[in-house]
Amino acid sequence: MYKYDEYDQTIVDSRVAEFRDQVARRIAGEITEDQFKPLRLMNGLYLQLHAYMLRVAVPYGTLSGKQMRTLGHIARKYDRGYGHFTTRQNIQYNWIKLEEAPDILAELAAVEMHAIQTSGNCIRNISSDQYAGAAADEIEDPRPWAELLRQWSSFHPEFSYLPRKFKIAVIASDEDRAAIQLHDIGLQIRHNDAGELGFRVYVGGGMGRTPMIAPVIRDFLPAADFVSYMEACLRVYNRYGRRDNIYKARIKILVHEIGAAEYARQVEEEWAHVKTLGLDPPPGEFERIAAHFAPPAFETGLSDEIDRSDPDFALWLDSNTHAHKQPGYAIAVISLKPIGGIPGDASAEQIELMADLAERYSFDELRVTHAQNIVLPHVKKADLYALWKALDDAGLGTANLDLISDIIACPGLDYCSLANARSIPIAQKIAKRFENMDRQRDLGELKLKISGCINACGHHHAGHIGILGVDRKGEENYQLLFGGSGAEDASLAKIAGPGFNEDGIVDAVEKAVETYRTLREDGERFVDTYRRVGMQPFKEAIYG
Amino acid sequence: MAELLRYRDDETHEEPAVTLDAFLGQTNATAVRLEPDEDARALIPHLDRLGLIEVAFPKFRDGRGYSAARILREAGYTGELRAQGDVLIDQIAYMRRCGFDSFAPEKAISREAADKAVGFYPEVYQKAADGRSPVWALRHG
Repeated sequence: MYKYDEYDQTIVDSRVAEFRDQVARRIAGEITEDQFKPLRLMNGLYLQLHAYMLRVAVPYGTLSGKQMRTLGHIARKYDRGYGHFTTRQNIQYNWIKLEEAPDILAELAAVEMHAIQTSGNCIRNISSDQYAGAAADEIEDPRPWAELLRQWSSFHPEFSYLPRKFKIAVIASDEDRAAIQLHDIGLQIRHNDAGELGFRVYVGGGMGRTPMIAPVIRDFLPAADFVSYMEACLRVYNRYGRRDNIYKARIKILVHEIGAAEYARQVEEEWAHVKTLGLDPPPGEFERIAAHFAPPAFETGLSDEIDRSDPDFALWLDSNTHAHKQPGYAIAVISLKPIGGIPGDASAEQIELMADLAERYSFDELRVTHAQNIVLPHVKKADLYALWKALDDAGLGTANLDLISDIIACPGLDYCSLANARSIPIAQKIAKRFENMDRQRDLGELKLKISGCINACGHHHAGHIGILGVDRKGEENYQLLFGGSGAEDASLAKIAGPGFNEDGIVDAVEKAVETYRTLREDGERFVDTYRRVGMQPFKEAIYG
Repeated sequence: MAELLRYRDDETHEEPAVTLDAFLGQTNATAVRLEPDEDARALIPHLDRLGLIEVAFPKFRDGRGYSAARILREAGYTGELRAQGDVLIDQIAYMRRCGFDSFAPEKAISREAADKAVGFYPEVYQKAADGRSPVWALRHG
């Protein structure tokens, strides 16, 4: 894992001091709420329906046990005893007092964490593959590149008042677990025909009210030009992205309006100039960062055998573990989606337990996934049973990874000031309806995603089944969508037809799922069947 | 207009800034004002005769002027580069990094407060137009 040096620590400590000063000026009335807003936003502090919400950055989703324990401590001391893991691999707290926010930032800085640029119209937390450094299918660990971007983008003087927020994701495998084609910039590390390392660059994807899949604007960007090319991409956007309409201000609109080829041409022209400025750190800086991500001291010669005699454990093993690159090890996923629970929420006690288990079983590392679960990336197969027992005792052993109850949901109208409808109760009702785990397993991989407004924080456009909550004449109304994907087969979900009320949407989901069960062919997932047969049979089942 | 905040040793430029169109249409103006939607690169052939470039910030949220400033400094402009308009204290540090060395905020900012705001960050992560060495350069000095 990356460790701060004196420079990193100084910068994060500086932020705490600056923000303490800004909060003091706000409380003293020296600055107005309008002037304070962009400042607090750049520190991840939102004014929500009931209180301030603080979003803490978890760069590329990676945490140590000590950092995780601090997150639990903050939940207990400053919130109401829980935290909410987000689709940006971050954590947010919903019941924060403004005057305590600087103290929280100081507690975070003490464990090399911060809330820098977790909101505002700037470059947000860099996300990555939650299995980075462990997955059998990656060509190298993408996180050193993500850390290089974290440093480059932190307090970037030119790109802190962009037309709109800006999200970048980096992966290093063909299987896309980070939804890179739905990011402002998506980067896939790859080799060219000559065997050199570089990036495929996607620009202009996104969700929100105008969802778009990002086109490739550069098929191979040499690693040595990484930072300067990002600078050129952002400068073209900062200069020419629309500022006349907040709903048309994301880079996807610029790329769409001028075309990917023209955007790429402008970037190349800008880059030819920017490259002369010496903005790219030397290879030694990348090597310094990469050394922090060296693989842990894996034991060799371990057996891959696992005792499956406990049937409940075997079910968890089959659904919640993933292949590791090192023989004798597995990647274990902790579901934060207990049936009837709030997707992504964890209590202070659960957070602390996960910190303990990471120290004991996973070389002191955890990951947050964009699907709002937690990963222990390096678990010895021989330890999986003991790990599962400990998780199960704490209500963290739900064996539902990628099943219909592993729902992504935004906070919705229960918390969010932008929402039109509640998301959490819909997620809870759907999970309850499909409570029977045999039924869920029979349905197989089914990604269900719920947003409580058109901003799409719950990724409904990318759901095999998506649900969008809207306000219809003062009533919460839920639209149903099918056929989205945030993976390497990225696609945007389509609306089936008129919306439903709270109970109607649960019935409609069930009818759609039963239609799939009737129509599916061998090995087809819900989304595969939908793609083969189209919308019509589903529509007939739901509205017929 | 509130008092000018300057980080230059030379005399304040006296000539009023003209619009970009007016500047490009006449040969003797030495001060120009750039609106957010105007291309800073249009000035590059004329930098030698410019003593003041004023970049307008009608709304603090509109960050195009930051790119304009860097483009002008990267092209070798050494005259006064002024940020005018809805310029807030917490933006001064970023603006200084992008090459602004003069500020005409609509609401006055004291020199003391500006210096304090700029002073919060002894280290920076990236190269910009202010000549400061980023930490990656210090690490491998």
